[in-house]
Amino acid sequence: MIAGLYIKGNSALHRAQAGAKILAMVALGTGVFLIPDWPVVGLVLISVIALYRVCGFGWPVLAAQIKPVAWLLAIFFAVQLWLNDWQAGLLVITRIAAIVMFASLVTLTTKTSDMLASLERAMRPLKPVGVNPEKVSLAISMVLRFIPVIATVASEIRDAQRARGLDRSILAMIVPLIIRTLKMADDVADAIEARSFD
Amino acid sequence: MIRFENVSVQFDARRALEGIDITLGEKRIGIIGANGSGKSTFVRLLNGLQTATGGRVLVDDLDPAKDGRKVRRHVGFVFQNPDNQIVYPVVEEDLAFGLKALKLPKDEINRRIDEILARYDLSAFKTHPSHLLSGGQKQLLAISGVLVMEPRYIVLDEPTTLLDLRNRNRVERAIADLDQTVITVSHDLDLIAGYDRVLVFENGKIVVDDIPAKAIAIYREMMA
Amino acid sequence: MKTKDIVYIALFAALTAVLGLFPPITLPITGVPVTAQSLGPMLAGAILGARRGGLSIVLFLVLVALGLPLLSGGRGGFGVMIGVTGGFMFGWAISAFVIGLLIEKFWNSLNVVNAALSIAFGGIVVLYALGNAWVAVVAEISYWQATVGAAPFLIGDVIKVAIATAACLAVRRSYPLISKSA
Repeated sequence: MIAGLYIKGNSALHRAQAGAKILAMVALGTGVFLIPDWPVVGLVLISVIALYRVCGFGWPVLAAQIKPVAWLLAIFFAVQLWLNDWQAGLLVITRIAAIVMFASLVTLTTKTSDMLASLERAMRPLKPVGVNPEKVSLAISMVLRFIPVIATVASEIRDAQRARGLDRSILAMIVPLIIRTLKMADDVADAIEARSFD
Repeated sequence: MIRFENVSVQFDARRALEGIDITLGEKRIGIIGANGSGKSTFVRLLNGLQTATGGRVLVDDLDPAKDGRKVRRHVGFVFQNPDNQIVYPVVEEDLAFGLKALKLPKDEINRRIDEILARYDLSAFKTHPSHLLSGGQKQLLAISGVLVMEPRYIVLDEPTTLLDLRNRNRVERAIADLDQTVITVSHDLDLIAGYDRVLVFENGKIVVDDIPAKAIAIYREMMA
Repeated sequence: MKTKDIVYIALFAALTAVLGLFPPITLPITGVPVTAQSLGPMLAGAILGARRGGLSIVLFLVLVALGLPLLSGGRGGFGVMIGVTGGFMFGWAISAFVIGLLIEKFWNSLNVVNAALSIAFGGIVVLYALGNAWVAVVAEISYWQATVGAAPFLIGDVIKVAIATAACLAVRRSYPLISKSA
């Protein structure tokens, strides 16, 4: 099975309820957009960075979270500098960094299974409007089950296409992949029904 | 007891089965025939995966077309490709899948899972990702997923086609040890050689209904 | 919703994840990385239709939100989802839905032209409208400026529209999944 992005630990944040962490994330995300001063948002960002230390994560973990957006932040800062002033630039990038860092922290400190359990709880009130939590769980499990199967089929097709000299064509790969996996999906649906699910 | 009363199945343009009248009460029934002869359609009628367009099917006096859910509890179905039958990413989750649908208590679910894993030497793989099992282990897991439901009938649709010889033999032994009534569709003629009764399908009809030795001999001649 | 629909939804969510495993191609001159993953929403909408296609991308996003590294480059979690490119993430689900809606509308007379236009409208116009709006808000720039900034990525998307169009038409011939009455 695919490992989640969770990193083991025993901090208060690790032990906190997944739902509570998600609510905190939404609150922080909204909050930093309501604050118009970069020093205040900067303080929020510093607190978020401090939380990484509290959770026992070192600098490499921290850097890995911000790296994917680093170049975007640089561009945004430059654009603000050009359009307005450096204060506006700092406000934009501290805000984004605080949100991204905190959101990543929620993911890093919460097991996929706990996240799933909260999702199932959150879905329960939606039952009357036609959301069936069991079917959603089934679908989630099936995706995890399908990923390695599709990856295997993809590499089989790639080998077969390579033997025919078609290895550069994405289309020659995707069409047979879709058709083969759709046939598989029909069989899986039969198998689920045969195992008395409805 | 399984009864087919003048059953036919019509697909859009093609007649897949025609006027099937038969009663099956033996413990081991083999079904053979060329591709497209109607044998898969025949067994899919047994649990309502396919519904008859004419006549009716009765499994222990229940019609799969009407009481699909009830019938499926008693008719387990093992498909050719275990990859398409294993629904969950972890072995024990997959085994629990059908049992949860039956709304059994948790300890009963666990008891059945442990028992079946021990039976097929899969206990060590209980929490393993299902896609990392070998082909033979996957087919045994697929069979296990059906057996934990404790069905009275087990239908196997070409269960050994994708397996190597060693795994084929493992699956053959596993099938031989089953207490249930077994209906096997197979191109692997050795697999059904020791059965009680063999049906040969051709063009949507049962053309031979005999003991394996005779049925297989006639089939070989037909295919020559 | 039938069992088969649930399986198809899961299948295209998984397919989108697998497309993220393919290494990105870097376009010459601009240096913009093009990943195969954004083909997922186009294919889901064009092959499964609006409802199932949209739900399959929602399902994919749920798995990403749960903390699984299914986005290309092994990324995942809330950080990417509500970060700068969040609008594109949620936009994927909407674009799959819109593509599905249009393909369903044209289903009986589907050809290269209307299929490509449907996929381009959902997969480029709708997607960038949402994605750029999000970027404009978080970066405090105008919508126009965000659009200019996103322009280099369009080349990759045009290629993907072409691939998705061809795939959709090929699959329609051998495995039509959108009902003719729709």
